[in-house]
Amino acid sequence: MPSAAIRRSGGDRAFDAFNYLVMILLSLTTLYPFFFLISSSLSALDVTLGSFSLLPRQFTLENYAKVLRNPAIGAGYVNTILRTVIGTSLSLLATFCLAWPLSKRSFPLRNLWTGLIVFTMFFSGGMIPTYLLVRQLGLIDTIWALVLPELVTAYNFVIVRNYMQTIPGSMEESAKMDGANDITILFRVILPVCKPIIATISLWVAVWHWNAWFDSMIYMTKASGQVVQLVMRRIVLEGSDQMTQMMAEMQRQGLVIAPEGLKAATIMVTTLPILCIYPFVQKYFVKGVMMGSLKG
Amino acid sequence: MDHATASAEALAGLSRGAPSRGRLLRRRAWDSRYLFVLFLPGMLYFLVFRYVPIYGLAIAFKDYNFFDGIMGSPWVGLAVFKEVFASKGFWEVFRNTLGISILQFAFGFPAPIVFALLLNEVVKIRAKKVFQTISYLPHFVSWVILAGLFTQFLSPSTGPINVLIKALGGKPVYFMADTKWFVPVLVATEVWKSIGWGSIIYLAAISSIDTEMYEAAEIDGAGRWARMRYLTLPSLAPTITVMLILAIGKLVNDNFDQIFNMYNPSVYKVADVISTYVYRKGLEDMEYAYATAVGLFKNLIAFAMVLGANKLAKRINGNGIW
Repeated sequence: MPSAAIRRSGGDRAFDAFNYLVMILLSLTTLYPFFFLISSSLSALDVTLGSFSLLPRQFTLENYAKVLRNPAIGAGYVNTILRTVIGTSLSLLATFCLAWPLSKRSFPLRNLWTGLIVFTMFFSGGMIPTYLLVRQLGLIDTIWALVLPELVTAYNFVIVRNYMQTIPGSMEESAKMDGANDITILFRVILPVCKPIIATISLWVAVWHWNAWFDSMIYMTKASGQVVQLVMRRIVLEGSDQMTQMMAEMQRQGLVIAPEGLKAATIMVTTLPILCIYPFVQKYFVKGVMMGSLKG
Repeated sequence: MDHATASAEALAGLSRGAPSRGRLLRRRAWDSRYLFVLFLPGMLYFLVFRYVPIYGLAIAFKDYNFFDGIMGSPWVGLAVFKEVFASKGFWEVFRNTLGISILQFAFGFPAPIVFALLLNEVVKIRAKKVFQTISYLPHFVSWVILAGLFTQFLSPSTGPINVLIKALGGKPVYFMADTKWFVPVLVATEVWKSIGWGSIIYLAAISSIDTEMYEAAEIDGAGRWARMRYLTLPSLAPTITVMLILAIGKLVNDNFDQIFNMYNPSVYKVADVISTYVYRKGLEDMEYAYATAVGLFKNLIAFAMVLGANKLAKRINGNGIW
């Protein structure tokens, strides 16, 4: 590459300049809405916003103080953290326990079970039958309504199973000689070599849980059970004038019309954890996409 | 030779006879008993939470009421579907779904390819990493949050875009409530969200191109543009084909999270899609059978399209997507 850099032609230099310009513009387009949000969230309450400058008008932390004092936000946060922790751990446990037997050729009816699982990737009962099932099972207003319906996805199952199939059988055999049963082998021998895939899947599921809101909206009928994304949605979307007609029955439970800065701070508080961790975890996600692109 | 071994195996199987085969299976099952313990909870999950709802689709053919349940409610054949197809609302959301999907496909499909091609030409590794990481950001933020963000950002009174329009002497545009503007906003925000993430697969394909080809092209005097146009892009053709077919297979799907969080009654006419319609009919109006029928109709089309897409991929590539 260095030799190429020295012998760059005029055309190449023009191309480079153009390319950097496009990349920088694109990056700014991506970041600008977030900067705008941060800036509004740090602007004083009584200031009418309305500029495209990125500096906050009359810097203040008042919005954040107000948002964090709102008990609904705190309760929402607890619910979100709870569902993320419980949901992710159970999801991992169920996915890996299911993938291990089905990664073995000798497992009876393996192809039938795998086929049944993979089929759900392409066809599902959909919104209404799933809702009716959750209701029939009596899960409404319990955390299980947020944890169980998406416990294992066929996609994650396939990725984990494929990974397990690449583990050499010799590891397992030597453990078998020592008299270990399949359960011990999974936890003592197989899972330790699955660390990279465990990292990918757990981050994947955790971010999914953190961002989920729809299940909370339809399965959690009490305001105290709702996740922070939904609390945010109430304050920001349903409170804004254009959305007031929406979701009338939900608004009756307490409509808050917040000024712009307060709304911005609410959105920031909800999404800040994701914004902070994503630069560090994105490489695991990228790995997951690559593994998923291989054939199942 | 293959034929000979196969028939020899068949003979061996026959001579062993049926009972010993059964014993062999039982023995294999007994050997797998611990594996069964591991397997059971996960498989039960799939049967209960994935297959019971598929069975629950039966209510699309029933006069469903909650007290009789799915089993007890009387069958009505295709009456619910007749009602669906006769309603104006259904065809409107069906049209909207296809219209929005096709537009999002037309802009959203090529965008990550162009982005990957350009990003690949950024020589400085540090800069490339920074551009790449920034481009992934919107992928990690859910639509419920982005809807809040864009409602603020596109607000006619305080949003920066309208401030700019007003500064230039224009009239503020109510992006989120104007039927002319709402669909373009859906398309633009979808491209904005997915351009970086969608490029991963193409960047991976680019990184597997033999570097010797680039060196050869350079010796032949090919400039950066020429290399991108005549070497990188053609090397991506197989990946693009597969992604194209997959994307076409998904055209009938809509983005519930995006639309549900961004739309409002003033733009229902252009923005109401199948999934939002199913939600309102089913969970707000509690017309369970009707909503299920609409959802089933969509799922069947989507399923057929994915199967068709895979067949097409097989014909073109020699092997399918799965």
